Amino acid sequence: MQKLLLLGDEAIAQAAIDGGMSGIYAYPGTPSTEIMEYIQASKTAKENNIRAMWSANEKTAMESALGMSYAGKRAMVCMKHVGLNVAADAFVNSAITGANGGLVVVAADDPSMHSSQNEQDSRFYGKFAFIPILEPSNQQEAYDMTRYAFELSEKMRIPVMLRITTRLAHSRTGIVRGEQIKQNEISLPDNLRQFVLLPAIARKQYRELLGKQQQLEAASVESGYNRLIEGTDKSVGIIACGLGFNYLMENFVGGTLKNPVLKISQYPLPLDMVNELYESCDSLLVLEDGYPIIEEQLRGMLNKGKTIKGRLDGTLPRDGELDPVNVGVAIGKTHESGEAIPALVKNRPPQLCDGCSHTDAFLALNEALLEYGRGRVFSDIGCYTLSALEPLESINSCVDMGASITMAIGAADAGLVPAVAAIGDSTFTHSGMTGLLDAVNNNSPITILILDNSTTGMTGGQTSSAYGKIDDIVRGIGVPEAHIHVLKPLRKYHEENTAIIRQELAYQGVSVIIPRRECIQTLKRKMRQKAKAKALNI
Amino acid sequence: MKKDIILAGVGGQGILSIAACIGMAALEESLHLKQAEVHGMSQRGGAVHSNLRLSSEPIASDLIPEGKADIIIAVEPMESLRYLPMLNKNGWIITSSNPFINIKDYPEIEQLIQEIQKQPQYITLDANAMAKDCGNIRAANMIVLGAATPFLDLKLSNIENAVKAIFGSKGSDIVELNLNAVKAGRDHALKQL
Ligand SMILES: Cc1ncc(C[n+]2csc(CCOP(=O)(O)OP(=O)(O)O)c2C)c(N)n1
Repeated sequence: MQKLLLLGDEAIAQAAIDGGMSGIYAYPGTPSTEIMEYIQASKTAKENNIRAMWSANEKTAMESALGMSYAGKRAMVCMKHVGLNVAADAFVNSAITGANGGLVVVAADDPSMHSSQNEQDSRFYGKFAFIPILEPSNQQEAYDMTRYAFELSEKMRIPVMLRITTRLAHSRTGIVRGEQIKQNEISLPDNLRQFVLLPAIARKQYRELLGKQQQLEAASVESGYNRLIEGTDKSVGIIACGLGFNYLMENFVGGTLKNPVLKISQYPLPLDMVNELYESCDSLLVLEDGYPIIEEQLRGMLNKGKTIKGRLDGTLPRDGELDPVNVGVAIGKTHESGEAIPALVKNRPPQLCDGCSHTDAFLALNEALLEYGRGRVFSDIGCYTLSALEPLESINSCVDMGASITMAIGAADAGLVPAVAAIGDSTFTHSGMTGLLDAVNNNSPITILILDNSTTGMTGGQTSSAYGKIDDIVRGIGVPEAHIHVLKPLRKYHEENTAIIRQELAYQGVSVIIPRRECIQTLKRKMRQKAKAKALNI
Repeated sequence: MKKDIILAGVGGQGILSIAACIGMAALEESLHLKQAEVHGMSQRGGAVHSNLRLSSEPIASDLIPEGKADIIIAVEPMESLRYLPMLNKNGWIITSSNPFINIKDYPEIEQLIQEIQKQPQYITLDANAMAKDCGNIRAANMIVLGAATPFLDLKLSNIENAVKAIFGSKGSDIVELNLNAVKAGRDHALKQL
C-alpha cells in the first residue's frame, strides 16, 4: 500500500477515520489541534458523516464524546495537556462510568513548553483515573495504536488515553494504513444505570474499575507494544518509554546496543516484564519524555534497592524534553556539538502581527491607565498574551484560560481598584463567562476587555464559539447596557477609544469593553480564498 | 545516503514550502523521511526552524542530534547562525543575505555576513534581488532552495517535479517563476563552488 506522508496528529486522525469513529470533539491547543483539522478537511470523513466540530472547551468536548460513547458509537476527544485540567472532572468520572462505544482521549503534552504554560505529564492523569494509556514511540505506532485504542476501549468498556508529545505530534513521516472499519450502530448500554454515578452505584462501578486492572495489565503484555529486547551488558538495563525509545535507538544507528531494553508504550505497566529486567541487571536507566513517573515508582520513597538512574539523580535533565543527545549522554556516549551561537545573534521572540487589532486595543488601554500606574491588568491565554512583552508591556498575568476576570475580582476585593481583565473572544466562551457572572453578582469594580478578533488566533485561526454571540452573552449575564461598549480598534480611533476606557475605569462596577476587529491573518486567508474562487469562476 | 537538514527562518517566511519540495523529491527516490515542524506559538514573527531528515535507512529520531546536521538552509542570515551548534564540522550553510529586521537590537548586516564567512563552508546569496529578477520577490525561498540543491544528493528533476506539484494549483505562470528561481539559485551556488 502507498504510504501517506502525515504528521503524528494526522496519523491519529486518519486512524480514527479508518477505525470507524463516528465523532470527534475538541478544543484547539498546540500540539493537538491538527487532529480535528485533518478530520474537518477529510472528504471521507464528510462522506461517512463523521461529526467534527470545535467545542467551547475541553470539558464540554469530553462530555459530548462520553455521550456518543453512551449511545454505542466510537468517539474521540482531543486536547492539549492543560486542557485535561479543564476536562478533569468529566475525565476522571468517565473511568467510573466506563464506556459503551469506544472512547479515546488524546492528551497532547508539551515537554519543554514550546507553546504552553507548563509541562505536566498526562500519564499522571491516566494512572489517577485507572485507565489504560498508550504512548506511541513513532507516527506509525500512533496510527496503529489509535485503532487498537478503540478496540481495547470497547473490549474493556473503559475510556483509553492516547498520550502524545509535541515531537511526535508535529513530525511528518510515511504511514501505512489499515482497512476501513464500519461505524457502530446506535446501541444503549446493557445496564441503564451504568452512567448514573449515585454513591451506591458509583461504589459498585469503582470496584469494577479496580477489578479490571489485572486484565488491563495483561493487555499491556499481549498487545506487543511493550517488549523486552535482550542484551548482554547487564550492568544497566534501560526502560525506554514512548519517544525515549527512538532517541535511544538513534544512538545506535549502524551499531549495536548491548544493554537489555524494555520498550514501554502501554500502561498499566507490565510488572512481570519490569521485574524481569530489574532482576537481571545491576542497575536501571529510565527514559521518560515527561515527568519521572516510572523512575519515581521504581526508586520508592527511600531509594534502597538497586541504582535507578534517570531524571531524579541527574543522569538526565530534571526538566525539559528528551532528545537524542541527552539520551546519548545518559548511556555514556560522548557528544560533540557544532560551533557556539555567535554573540551577535539576538533573540527573536514571537510578536503580534503587523496590523493586529490587539495592538490598537492595548495602546488605548495603556494610555487610559497612565493615571493609575502599572501592574493592574490581569490577562489570559491567546495572541494578546504577547502584549506582556515589549513594546506594549500591557499585562501582568497569564495563568490559565479564564483566569483574567476572576483574578481581577480577587484583586479588586483586595483593594486594587480599578482592576482590569483582558480576555480573548474564544477564551471568554471557553472559561470566562462564569467568571463574568461572579463579577456581576459581586458588583466588582473591574473593567473587562473582551478582545474580539472573531477567531481562535493563537492556535491558527479556528472558528471561535463566541462568534457573533458576545454582546448578547454579556447582556444576558447582567452587565448594564450603559457599561457595555463595542470599539473599533484602529489607530484613527485611538483618542475616542482611550476616552471610553478611561470613563469605564472610573466606574465603580462591572464594565465590559469589546474591541472588535477581525484577526489580520484570518482576514488575509479569506481574501486569498475569495481571489482563488473568483479566478476559478472565470 | 543520509542528509540531516536544518531549515531556518522567521515565522511566515515560507521555510515549510522548502521542506515540502525536498520531502516530495526524497519520497520520489524512495528515501525514508522525517520532518519535525514548528506549529503554534513560535510562528508569530519569531525564530522558526524545522528538522528534515532523509536517509536510505529507517530513521529513529524525529530530531537531528546536535552537532550532526549536514546542511543549514536559511532564508535569513541571522537565523542561519542561530543553529550553528546543530551543524557538523563539515557542514554547509546556505543562506539568503537579506535581513528580516523586526527587533530593535538586530545586529549590523555586515557583521552578520562576516560571521557567516568565518564558517568553513557557506553560500550566501541576495535571494530577494534574484527573486525580483525572476519576476516576484515572493520566490526568494525557492532561490534559496535552488542554491541548496547541489548539496542534497537528490535528482534535480525530482526537485523540479515537486515544485510543479506544490505550486501547480496556482497556475503555470507561478510554476514557471518558481522553477526559474530554483535554477537561478542553483546556478549561483554552482558558480561559488
Ligand atoms: C485549557 C487550554 N486549552 C487550550 C489552550 C490553547 N490555547 C492557547 S491560546 C488559545 C486561543 C485563544 O483564542 P482567543 O481567546 O480568541 O485569543 P486570540 O489568540 O485569538 O487573540 C488556545 C486555544 C490552552 N492554553 N489552555
